[in-house]
Amino acid sequence: MNFKKILPQLLTLVVVILVFGFFSYNAQVNMENRGITFGYGFLSQESSFDVQFSLIEYDGSHSYFRAYLVGLLNTILVSVIGIIFATIIGVVVGIARLSSNYLIERTAAIYVEFFRNIPLLLQIFFWYFAALRALPLPEKAEPMFGVFFLTIKGFFIPAFIWNNLDIFIYSVIAAIIAIFFVRAYAKKKQENQGTQTPVLLISIGLLIILPLLSFLLGGVDASIEIPVIEQLSKTSFTFKGGLKLPPELISLALALSLYTATFIAECVRAGVQGVSKGQKEAAASIGLTPNQVLKLVVMPQALRIIIPPTTNQYLNLTKNSSLAAAIAYPDLVLVFAGTALMQTGRAIEIVSITMLTYLTLSITISIFMNWYNKKIAIKEK
Amino acid sequence: MNKLNFLSPDKNNLYAYLYSGISLLSLSILIVFLNSFFSLDLTSFLPGTISYFLPLIIGFIGLHLIRIEYSGIKFLDIINKNINTNNFNALLSLLIIFAVIKSLPPLLSWFIIDANFAGDSKDACSGSGACWAYIKTWFNRFMYGMYPNAEQWRINLSFIALAFLGGVGFFATEKFKKYLTLYYVVVYPVIAFLFIFFFISGGPIFFDFSYGIIAAVISIVIGFFIPSKFKMYYFLIIPITIYILLKYVFFHEELIELGKIQAFEWVETGAWGGLSLTFIVSFFCLIFCFPVGLFLSLGRRSDLPIIKYISIGFIEFWRGVPLITVLFMSSVMFPMFLPEDMFIDKLVRVIIAISLFEAAYVAEVIRGGLQALPRGQYDAAKSLGMGYWKMHIFVILPQALKLVIPGIANTFLALVKDTPLIFVVGLLEIVGMLNLAKTNPEWLGFAMEGYVFASIVFFIICYAMSKYSYNLEQKYKTER
Repeated sequence: MNFKKILPQLLTLVVVILVFGFFSYNAQVNMENRGITFGYGFLSQESSFDVQFSLIEYDGSHSYFRAYLVGLLNTILVSVIGIIFATIIGVVVGIARLSSNYLIERTAAIYVEFFRNIPLLLQIFFWYFAALRALPLPEKAEPMFGVFFLTIKGFFIPAFIWNNLDIFIYSVIAAIIAIFFVRAYAKKKQENQGTQTPVLLISIGLLIILPLLSFLLGGVDASIEIPVIEQLSKTSFTFKGGLKLPPELISLALALSLYTATFIAECVRAGVQGVSKGQKEAAASIGLTPNQVLKLVVMPQALRIIIPPTTNQYLNLTKNSSLAAAIAYPDLVLVFAGTALMQTGRAIEIVSITMLTYLTLSITISIFMNWYNKKIAIKEK
Repeated sequence: MNKLNFLSPDKNNLYAYLYSGISLLSLSILIVFLNSFFSLDLTSFLPGTISYFLPLIIGFIGLHLIRIEYSGIKFLDIINKNINTNNFNALLSLLIIFAVIKSLPPLLSWFIIDANFAGDSKDACSGSGACWAYIKTWFNRFMYGMYPNAEQWRINLSFIALAFLGGVGFFATEKFKKYLTLYYVVVYPVIAFLFIFFFISGGPIFFDFSYGIIAAVISIVIGFFIPSKFKMYYFLIIPITIYILLKYVFFHEELIELGKIQAFEWVETGAWGGLSLTFIVSFFCLIFCFPVGLFLSLGRRSDLPIIKYISIGFIEFWRGVPLITVLFMSSVMFPMFLPEDMFIDKLVRVIIAISLFEAAYVAEVIRGGLQALPRGQYDAAKSLGMGYWKMHIFVILPQALKLVIPGIANTFLALVKDTPLIFVVGLLEIVGMLNLAKTNPEWLGFAMEGYVFASIVFFIICYAMSKYSYNLEQKYKTER
């Protein structure tokens, strides 16, 4: 170790420590002046505010920690919906951009260029304040397929009423585990004997048969509840029964998935284009059918290019879902860093918890991605 | 005449297929066209569903009939190759054509035909189309926010001057080319800051920054006469000395008097807004985030463990949190970290927060470029006896930065698209102004026009940026 290496490190360390020391000293002084003591005890206090939309039971008598959970679950809900739709749209558009059909390729390109170059916040506002406000009132809504009602107050869809839901869920989990075993068995069989097993058919069969058995033998029972219009007062109507998706959730999920889909489409396109032509020709020349070429040669290589940036986009989508605060969808930022912060005034604690939550989420995913990248990397000798 | 087999058109009866196919195709397009532009239903005599799908079926048969490979007719071959390769493609092409024809009339009528352009109040907008009078009335606010009308020439003048100074690089002769980097990295940001501070904000003439600039100018002028052997020590010590002398010795008495001299009326940052604020915020964030990101990326690849781990921690922290929480932090949490008598302007806090946030992304992009360079480049530079800084400035960074132009452009685009988020701290740029205008009781119900207008503005800005970055990429592309 020489002097030239130690000095810059020491200097950086001293600067960092000084900055942190300065901040924490000031924070202490400020909090003393305002009579606040630092601590996370407030999480168990009664929150006494209401949340418009929540997945778990919640009202003002619950604790701040429960409010935090409500926000977190809402964030996860909109992220999952967004990720599913963004993936579907993204893959379709990405493939359309590779189409030999000029019209299709152009349409996809226009979509990508247009939605990518407009700020996400603007898109959320557009859907929420402009597009969804043009929908009819509940009493004037025309049913879609007789059971779906798209109104200005939200999207009303039929709900399932379950008996013994847990048995049904167990049967689905059992089917998934069984599929894993079948796949492992098929792989082993192919390596030993060279024969292929129709894994896909067996998997679909398992996924249908096991839940079906739970209906027939396990006492699972589901009935469908269709939303029915109900008059609240002379001019105010709403729907009763069924499931209500609030307009905030719809516009947020719509904007998030349309925006992120453009980036996923580009990832897909780059991935498929990244597989060299020689690979396809080589695969065809050893006698694989076009389907086999796609399944065994192109897709494994394309996925290797597609998956890392796409996961990044999923992460971006999750982080972008915090824009929900702008249209009052009760997500983590609005419920916790908004309302709870206003009520308690504990800026440092609440902002740090919120940031830590997002940080945990993204670091977990990036650790997983690093592991996955290492696993699928081509092993060169 | 050969036998006609309509299931598999071939070249022998080319014209028979061609005429029947083209006439069927044009008939289908005509039906849709008349239906959508003049609401004439040619097929109303048929039952509902069939009448609905008839154009599709006719067009599909038409396209099938003209699908003749190597016909020798140039136009036909182009059509077949591009939109009519097989049945599935033909169907999709037809659907797209019909969708465009169907959506044109409502769009046209909303945007132009039924739209209101004249007038300056809500009553003028009686048509069913867009109310562009709304945009016209509020245009000033969308561009300048709450900035006083009489003073808006200051913003215009500053932007024109800055655009002109920014374009200097295009006209630089060979002799001055080598100073361009210095100009853009150091001089231009300082000039930009002075413009914003004196002109747009109307700040007092003597403040901390002015002493610094005077000190820098004086020391550079004297610096020309100092032997190069001592130059480094000279520039480390003298500017700071002059600054301290100026501030605390020479001008100390007059400080209070001079501090009051203002050339222009003071406009506080809370009143700034609209598109000009979007430009100001993205401009400064863009300038600051690049050098910070550069140093972070070098730090992350450093051999020195403390610097490396501090950089990693810093980068991963900013990349892991959403921007909106960072802005929350800067508005509600950051004031707690400052001494009570110290106050930092809202706009400055926002610019610092966004810069640090984007710097982490820039750092990761540049790191990608640094990693992509072959080891040989480092070894070759070291074998010539170059030190760490010399190696990076002259060998590594020029190549690495060239590689990452698209990535950096994407980050900058993301930055511009993130600026509307500053509504969190109460600064209203163009999207914020739209939301304010929307709630004005005189102008209720024109949300759509506002958002369409802002979308077009942002689309133009971002699309131009991405095309420019594409050109840069092509210009600096080097084969290796």
